[in-house]
Amino acid sequence: MSVSEATRADICALAIAECFRDDGEVLVSAMGTMPSLGARLAKATFEPNLLMTDGFNLLLRHALPLGAKPTDEDIEGWMPFGSVFDTLWWGRRHVMMGASQIDQFGNQNIACIGPWRHPKAQLLGVRGAPGNTINHTTSYWVPNHDARVFVPSVDMVSGVGYDRAASLDAASSRFHEIRRVVSNLGVFDFNTPDHRMRLVSIHPGVEVDRVLANTGFELVVPDRLDTTPVPTPDQLSALRELDPQGHAQKELVA
Amino acid sequence: MIDKRMTADEAVAHVADGMTIGIGGWGSRRKPMAFVRALVRKRVKDLTVVSYGGPDVGILCATGQAKKVIYGFVSLDSIPLEPHFRKARQSGTIEAVELDEGMFLLGLRAAAQRLPFLPTRAGLGSDVLKINPHLKTVKSPYDDGEELVAVPALELDAAFVHMNRADASGNGQVLGRDPYFDNLFCMSAARAYMSCEELVSTEELTRGGPLQSLLINRMMVCGVVEAPGGAHFTECPPDYPRDEKFQREYAATAKDAAAWKAFRAKYLDGSEADYQKVVGHERL
Repeated sequence: MSVSEATRADICALAIAECFRDDGEVLVSAMGTMPSLGARLAKATFEPNLLMTDGFNLLLRHALPLGAKPTDEDIEGWMPFGSVFDTLWWGRRHVMMGASQIDQFGNQNIACIGPWRHPKAQLLGVRGAPGNTINHTTSYWVPNHDARVFVPSVDMVSGVGYDRAASLDAASSRFHEIRRVVSNLGVFDFNTPDHRMRLVSIHPGVEVDRVLANTGFELVVPDRLDTTPVPTPDQLSALRELDPQGHAQKELVA
Repeated sequence: MIDKRMTADEAVAHVADGMTIGIGGWGSRRKPMAFVRALVRKRVKDLTVVSYGGPDVGILCATGQAKKVIYGFVSLDSIPLEPHFRKARQSGTIEAVELDEGMFLLGLRAAAQRLPFLPTRAGLGSDVLKINPHLKTVKSPYDDGEELVAVPALELDAAFVHMNRADASGNGQVLGRDPYFDNLFCMSAARAYMSCEELVSTEELTRGGPLQSLLINRMMVCGVVEAPGGAHFTECPPDYPRDEKFQREYAATAKDAAAWKAFRAKYLDGSEADYQKVVGHERL
């Protein structure tokens, strides 16, 4: 892998890292390879105070390369599952999950395809998505942006979107925040009057039409559209150190 | 001190058709598999299985013994979705109660505290409330008036957990880095049974690790089973890692009925000693 040339995967990793900017001392739970790399990049560069685990129960002081086994010197604390639940109910957490389906208000489905009672395909189940989304900040990563993922309505609401949150009492939804969605094509948020999904930036080399054609609902497109930032040389070398085997490079379809 | 030593088969003798059983561990980690294998041999049926599910759930789905599964998830960890559970869900052979992982914990905690429910924000706005019409909300009686989900207690007829070490009277020790919620499973159950990698004297037990590792005390359990390799093929650190090769072999049997039948005959129809002999031999 060239050190000087940024790939689409590098751009995605940086866009994911940016989701955690200014989070400070919160527990980051990044599900999957690319989110892990992005979160580690944030911690290794501009957001060193993030708390991160080894994916199991150890809190690690530094962002280690993907796949690296922590030594005793890397450990700063203990986070068994019981403490993860306490922390997520406390709200000091930002999770980045995947989404098998996501709609224009950010309702996410990881549970099943088809009706829940007789699913065509059983997926992961809701896991912690309902509790995560109603208790603390959530972002999403989608490596395969197409109209089967970005759908008009999801088959089962696992992670709660803005329209569902708005239908609750103000007190019940006060901790709900979907920060951003990062896909292989662009970056999206919900900073619109009615919290519908908005295109924030497209990755270099991606046409807006391609994003629209692969999105199954009407996307808010601002007049001024940014291009997703390309990693600086320092960020690139950090990415090479954090993913020496290039696992994240393999995750992208195109 | 009561000597609670027994065999896994003696423990599951108390499990009757139609009972609700809780199974400790998490995914494919420190699961009380020797008890699960004993349940398979006993052919007890119409079970409601309550679990942070792994192959315990998958196996009881594959044998047709699970009628209903109450779960936060069912995963083999290195294989994200339990294939036998997936098959059971897609073919509609089980009744499913799918809860948010945190709601599941509160259900156990409510049962352990003998409360009808515990409140949480988790579930609000999601379809978990839609697919589980039995779930109700409560309004805070205080000035805030906040609406919350009332997670009903997950009361168990029997619970099964696996520890690294235990003594004969029922004190149990976790030497791995996550206790999961095994103490709550025991306290949520009318009768709880603990297996262990190694049965030791109380003196050896308290010397064998930090006092915080003594997760289970003898009030919580009515039976203790020494079962070396009793969590196999799930992980049981520091005693052994997950047997990934065996897990892949197990997972592949969800694809065809003949493969599952052969797997069951080879590994599950004999005694626990037979099982350990076969897998021990294959591990060498």
